[in-house]
Amino acid sequence: MSVDTQSTVDTQPSGDTVVRRRRTRRGLVWLVRVAAVVVWLVSWELSARYWIDPFYYSMPSKIAGRLVDWFTKGTAFGSIWTQIAVTLEEAVLGFVIGAIAGVVLGIVLGRSRFLADVAAPFIKAANAVPRIVLASLFIIWFGLGMSSKVATAMVLVFFAVFFNAFQGAREVDRNLIDNARILGASRLSLLRTIVVPSATSWIFASLHSAFGFALIGAVVGEFTGADKGLGLLINNAQGTFDAAGIYAGMIITTVLALGAEWLISTAEKRLLRWRPPAAGADAQI
Amino acid sequence: MTTPVIELRGATKRFPAAGGGTHTAVRELTLTVEPGEFVAVVGPTGCGKSTTLSLVSGLEPASSGEVLVRGTPVRQIPTGVGYMFQSDAILPWRSVLDNVAAGPRYRGVTKREARQQAHAWVERVGLAGFARYYPHQLSGGMRKRVALAQTLVNEPEILLMDEPFSALDVQTRALMQDELLRLWAGTGAAVVFVTHDLEEAIALADTVVVMTASPATVKDTFRVPLDRPRDVEEVRLTPAFLEIYREVWESLRTEVAKAREEASRVG
Repeated sequence: MSVDTQSTVDTQPSGDTVVRRRRTRRGLVWLVRVAAVVVWLVSWELSARYWIDPFYYSMPSKIAGRLVDWFTKGTAFGSIWTQIAVTLEEAVLGFVIGAIAGVVLGIVLGRSRFLADVAAPFIKAANAVPRIVLASLFIIWFGLGMSSKVATAMVLVFFAVFFNAFQGAREVDRNLIDNARILGASRLSLLRTIVVPSATSWIFASLHSAFGFALIGAVVGEFTGADKGLGLLINNAQGTFDAAGIYAGMIITTVLALGAEWLISTAEKRLLRWRPPAAGADAQI
Repeated sequence: MTTPVIELRGATKRFPAAGGGTHTAVRELTLTVEPGEFVAVVGPTGCGKSTTLSLVSGLEPASSGEVLVRGTPVRQIPTGVGYMFQSDAILPWRSVLDNVAAGPRYRGVTKREARQQAHAWVERVGLAGFARYYPHQLSGGMRKRVALAQTLVNEPEILLMDEPFSALDVQTRALMQDELLRLWAGTGAAVVFVTHDLEEAIALADTVVVMTASPATVKDTFRVPLDRPRDVEEVRLTPAFLEIYREVWESLRTEVAKAREEASRVG
């Protein structure tokens, strides 16, 4: 073994060099990223000042000013933090309820052929409905308050999660089930120790996009009619031809989505520790 | 006279075939296994040997005929049965220790107690330093050891093994065969070991059962006159081994030829 390593030292770069090279590379990647953003923002700013009409297209300095305004002086509808909290609460509630319902129903139908056969056409039909339209219906049902937005977010999340949980529960390795049955597992422990864990990676794959859907549901719900929230801010900015306001609302929503994505990825890494590291994990987008 | 632990009387298993109709995997199979006996079942590849095991384990019901375990007909999975599958069936999301503890946990033993039992078995199969590893971090041979410990921790009276070592390289396979004999020696369990490797069958078993080409049924039964304990790599070189090998191969070769002919006709 030691002979082996010695002979390779001469021909290949040592561990130190490899680490240093990787660090330089990562530094370079970040440098190019920052440069791209700077070039984009500066050219936008300059063209808005000299060529195009900032009334329609706004410009970075105006958007930044609007954000600072919102966070220091508050918005037309009260503190910005209240708006963020309201939208976040709607999205998170919708996400949690939708995800739980999706996982439970997905696994139940995934494990029961009969129920799946019965439910298949209804689920296909429900999935074909343009669900965003339901936001209007929910306003009538639940009023302008929070529950109509939660319902919209929930419906969007549900279908995203449901199909993956269903697929995951279906594709459980037959061998694992047989083995567990021989070892003495009851139906319930089969579900708990085999089906749910093997569906987990499928479910997580859907949760990443599902929180985005929850935010869309909440914001669109607020668009349709609300007295608080980021969607209301954006809708109001649209009504007053305030392009900077729309951009500012977009930026806040994006930051929220990225934060949630980070949380979900962290949870995924913890729960799916047992998985072999995926090849080419560095190049993930 | 003792009751045999396993008794198949004219057991037949038919499956619905892919293109409609039925495919008979096992036909009129009659076989008995005495307590503590090591039976190896050999036959051409894909002849229905594995189906025999699933009938005994209760995973599949017989289409006709009788399957008895300890004198009672098999309706569900009988108690005291262990089954080692051909491909990996250990849980990838559990550590070695928790994989081995699965059986006792399913059978209602407390977590502490189950882990203690598991620990003893993890050591016995030679994985003491790897208790906290996940399956993907282990080699193929080590995963087989986990599967073996997972099965043996339940102290089965009947051990069904479906070509468990066929995916291993030759040296690891010999090592695992020795390991199996060593672990089995103390248990008094009856073993039905399915394989298509005649050398493996003779090196391990007390009795070798030769199956016909598909649909499978028993063709011949041979006693293996080799003393225990055996060293599987040494025993292969003895004249007694070669003699019984020749005898069994004489019976098996025609079936292998038939299976090949069948395969070339289908293919």
